[in-house]
This record gives sequence, C-alpha cells and structure tokens, in this order.
Amino acid sequence: MTVNAKVNVSKEAQLKVEQFLYHQSECLDERRWEEWLSLFTDDGIYWMPASRDQVTAEGQPNIFFEDHYLMDMRIRRIEHPYAHSQSAGHRTSHVVSNVIIQTQDKKNKSIEVTSRFHMVEYRLDQQRYFGGKYTHKLLETDVGYKIKQQRVDLANVEGPFDFVMQVWL
Amino acid sequence: MPLDSYENFASLVEPDRVHKACYADEKVFEAELENIFYKSWIYVGHESQVPNPGDYWTTWIGKERVIFCRAEDGKVHVLFNRCAHRGALLCNNQHGNVAKAFRCPYHAWQYNMDGSLRNVPLKKGYEGIIELNDPQLQLQRPARQETYRGFVFASLAEQGPSLDEWMGQGARSAFDDICNRSPEGECEIVMNCFRIIQHSNWKIFLENQLDAVHPSVTHHSTGDAAAQEQKIYKEKTGEDPPIGYQFLADFTLPIEKWDQFYTVGHPFGHTVLSGYMDLRPKDPVTVAHEDALTKAYGKERMDEILSTNVHHVLVYPCLSVQPPLQQLRAIRPLAANKTLTEIWHFRLKGAPEGVYDRSLQYYYHVNSPSTMVNADDLNNFRACQDGLELDGGGDWVSLHRNYGQDPVKDGITTSVGGMSEQPMRNMMAAWKEYMS
Repeated sequence: MTVNAKVNVSKEAQLKVEQFLYHQSECLDERRWEEWLSLFTDDGIYWMPASRDQVTAEGQPNIFFEDHYLMDMRIRRIEHPYAHSQSAGHRTSHVVSNVIIQTQDKKNKSIEVTSRFHMVEYRLDQQRYFGGKYTHKLLETDVGYKIKQQRVDLANVEGPFDFVMQVWL
Repeated sequence: MPLDSYENFASLVEPDRVHKACYADEKVFEAELENIFYKSWIYVGHESQVPNPGDYWTTWIGKERVIFCRAEDGKVHVLFNRCAHRGALLCNNQHGNVAKAFRCPYHAWQYNMDGSLRNVPLKKGYEGIIELNDPQLQLQRPARQETYRGFVFASLAEQGPSLDEWMGQGARSAFDDICNRSPEGECEIVMNCFRIIQHSNWKIFLENQLDAVHPSVTHHSTGDAAAQEQKIYKEKTGEDPPIGYQFLADFTLPIEKWDQFYTVGHPFGHTVLSGYMDLRPKDPVTVAHEDALTKAYGKERMDEILSTNVHHVLVYPCLSVQPPLQQLRAIRPLAANKTLTEIWHFRLKGAPEGVYDRSLQYYYHVNSPSTMVNADDLNNFRACQDGLELDGGGDWVSLHRNYGQDPVKDGITTSVGGMSEQPMRNMMAAWKEYMS
C-alpha cells in the first residue's frame, strides 16, 4: 500500500521516516545533544538560510550553517557553566508534522523528506514561538537514517528577532 | 533621587557617573529623540543597497519611519514613509522594487521616487481647491541629506554642522578604513539585513561595544568552546580551522591583555577602539589582499592601509562599525527599553574573495541571529535595563575607572589603557551637550 501519490512510498517507509524525525526533535527537547549530533553523517550540515529563496549556503549569509565541528562547539558552549544567557530553565518543545517523502533514491539509499514544525521556547519567564519547514536529506545506513543535510526555513526568516537563537530549531 | 525629581537633563550626567534615569525614563528618551536623534546625522543606508531605480529599503530615524530609494534619474533619496493624503504608511515592506512609482495601498495616490506626486485618482475633485503640485502633497523629506563615500546620512535639523564637520576624523575613520581596504576604494553592501531587538536602552549597546573589560567575562563560555574546538579540528583534519574559530577563541584572552589596547574619544561622542585583533597573519588571504592593494596603490600605501588597526568605531548615536571586518550595526531606538539593530556587512570591491569570506565568518559568528557571542551581550543588556528600572538599590551608574587619567589633546581624549571607561565618559559628555 502506498501513502504518497508523488513518490511510491510504503507505509513502513513513511512510518520509519516519521519516527526518525520525532526522535530527532525529542533529542533537542530533552537536551540530549550528543545523541542529536550523532544523527548527522560525518559531513552532515545543519542549515537555516537567511532568505526563503536561497539555494546554496556557501559564500553567503545564513542564520545557521554548521558542520560537525561547529555543532560540537555549540554543544560545548551550551553546556559550559558560564553560559549565563542559557542558564535558569531554558526549555524547548517541538511538534513535527506534515511529513512528506519528496524523493526516494533506492540505489543510493537516500531520501528527501519535508515536514513542518512548531517550536516553543521558554526562557526567563517568557515563551516565544517559531514555526517553519524542515527539508531533510537522509541516508539509509546500517544503523538507521543519518542526516546529510537538514534545511530549516523559518516562517519569520526576515526577523526582526527578539533575542537570538542559541539552540537548533 | 527619584526618577521624576531631577531639575534638568544635564544634571543627570556627571563626569564620572550617570543617573539611571538616562536609561530608564521615557521622558528622557523622548527628549533624546528630539535633542540627539533629530538634531544629529543618522545613517540611513549605503548607496549600493539600492542599485536600480525603484529599489527601496525602509528604516528609521529615531521613531520616524523613512524610505531610502533610488529615483529614475539615478539619484538616491530619503523620504518620510507617509502618504500625503491620509497619512498611511506608504511602503509597508522592509525592502523591494517599485517599477515606476510608490502607490499608496489605501487610495492609490502615486509618488515618483523623488517624492513628487505622480498621480491621484479623481483629480476633478481637487480642481480649484488645491494644486496637485502643492509642496504639502509631496512626500516630505528630512531637512538635510549627505553622503560620505557611499554611506548616506540624513538630519531632521535645518541647522547644524555639515556631515563632514560632524563626523570629524573620528567617525570618518570608520568609512575610510573600510573603503581604503578595497583596491578600488569602494565597498558594496551585501544585500542581507539581520534585525535583532534588544530589550534595553540604545546607550547600553554603544557602551558595551567599546567595553574591553566584559569580553573575557561575558563571553567566557564561547571563548572556551571555540578554543577547544580549534584543537579538535586540528587533531582530526591536520589543518588549521577557519578563521571564524579564532574570532571566538579571542575571548579567552586574559583580562589584562585587553588593557594593551586603547580607545580614543572624539567630539560629538564618536569613539574609536584601536589595537586588538591582528588581521595580518601571513596567510594566503592576507598575502593576496596585500598584492591587490600594492598593485592599486603601491607598497607604501598598501602598508599604511593594512596597518591601520581601528577595530571598532562608534558613530554617535547611530552606528557601531568594525572596518577591518566590514561590519556595520545601525541603532534604531524604539523606546527607552527597546532598541532595534540593523546589521549589515560589506564586500570590498576588487579584493580577493578570501577577504570577503573573513567578513562573512565574522558576520555569522558574531552578528547572525544564531550568534553565541551577542547572545550573552543581549542577556547582559536586558539585565542592566531591568536593574536600572528599579526604584531602589541606588540611583547612579559608575564610570569611574581611570577617571581623570586619560590624556586630552586638541579636544581628543586617548585612554590610558583599553580598560579605561573613557568611551562611556566621552559619549555621555556628548549626550550632556546635546541635551543641554
């Protein structure tokens, strides 16, 4: 049985991808940073463009553009005892939905999947909201999916931003 | 002293301390708009931001909203963003291009990009009542508009010093040092504006920019994380990490090291931080940059340009500029406790791509909406504002460090060391003058 008219996707594949995306957002919300980072391939990229029509991250401004090293740096910084802006009960909560497998390349074991997210962030007695679209380029490996690239298109990409984003969305 | 019992604004500023009302009181803020933001020159935009006729960006002069645009004759204009008919905001987007005219979304009044009225519907209804070329039916414009090396400023005051007089050597150095680094003597804006709202008074941001004591305290966590990652990168790849890592690792400099830099206080509150970053290592990017500048200007001039070590220039009250990295942050005060920053960076025309990459890395790590650096600054600014808004706990802000020790020559103050609170005193002295 197929669940997607555009691509011939089995129910099992759909379920597996959805579970992977849910797992990824749980890692963020539960602050399991190392586990979150391990979901990326060694050359995996987390990318949040600075505009909606941006086609490449290289050589131009981005909101996030982080490889393994920069993600690791951010983890070290978040967990540092003197990261005062992030202390005192910083929490996030994600909901991921509208999961659509856009392309499936069985030969190269790669999948491109889009989804929508809502995220609330609590910090300093205040809650703020983000929403947008994820585009995951996933590789199927022996240990499950790995993220080759995660693109995050924010609904409010132009800002203005109240404070800044300290963790990945 | 309670917030509402001071006699005049000037009494809020003493040479070595400042009353908290300067930061927390809305009455003071309104007076600042009138006396500082509407009397001095305010940066509006760079000419390259509107390359084609019809291009526009909207921005702020104090609380006033303006359009920065290029007209069909190629000239750049600053116009109030208000339809002359019923007063609606004319351009409601941050930027865009209008093919021929600004068209009001309410009743379709149309304006040329020089602000003149182009067309109105139902012309008959005005016959014998008002001429359509009446100046009051044009888009209004700030009293004065001037440009320095492509950077466009406007002033709402009819009278006052010219842009050149007002800038003086201090503020001019911001733009000279950017443009001189280009083999063509010009820079070009990168069409991206990060906008970040600070929940704090505009002066807190400016004061922090040249505060050399805070980096190793405030940014300790980021400095440590970056220094650790530099090692990991090198171990795993055998290569030096990108220079962006160093921008962050610099925050691990011991606090004493910051005292080796110095700040210079100029008239009108413009203030400069010299020293600090060494951006002339013998890396391939720097060598290529040296070659390009030597070709354009000769070796002697190239040396002179690249050894200019102006790290940061505050163009008071509206800009924080970092010329060697081509960064510019414009300050748009929205309330006593709310400030919008518009953050831009520039390309040096004709310079090697690696020079731009350096600027881009700084823009990302320090100025983007995911920055780990300004995150901690913003948190401090908010904490300062919250503290300064309290009625109790004391009335004054201390600016005592090295007070009376900074040598003054010809109206220009050079700090005894990087950690002197000279920049804050210089800016508050200018504030007092504007507000008196």
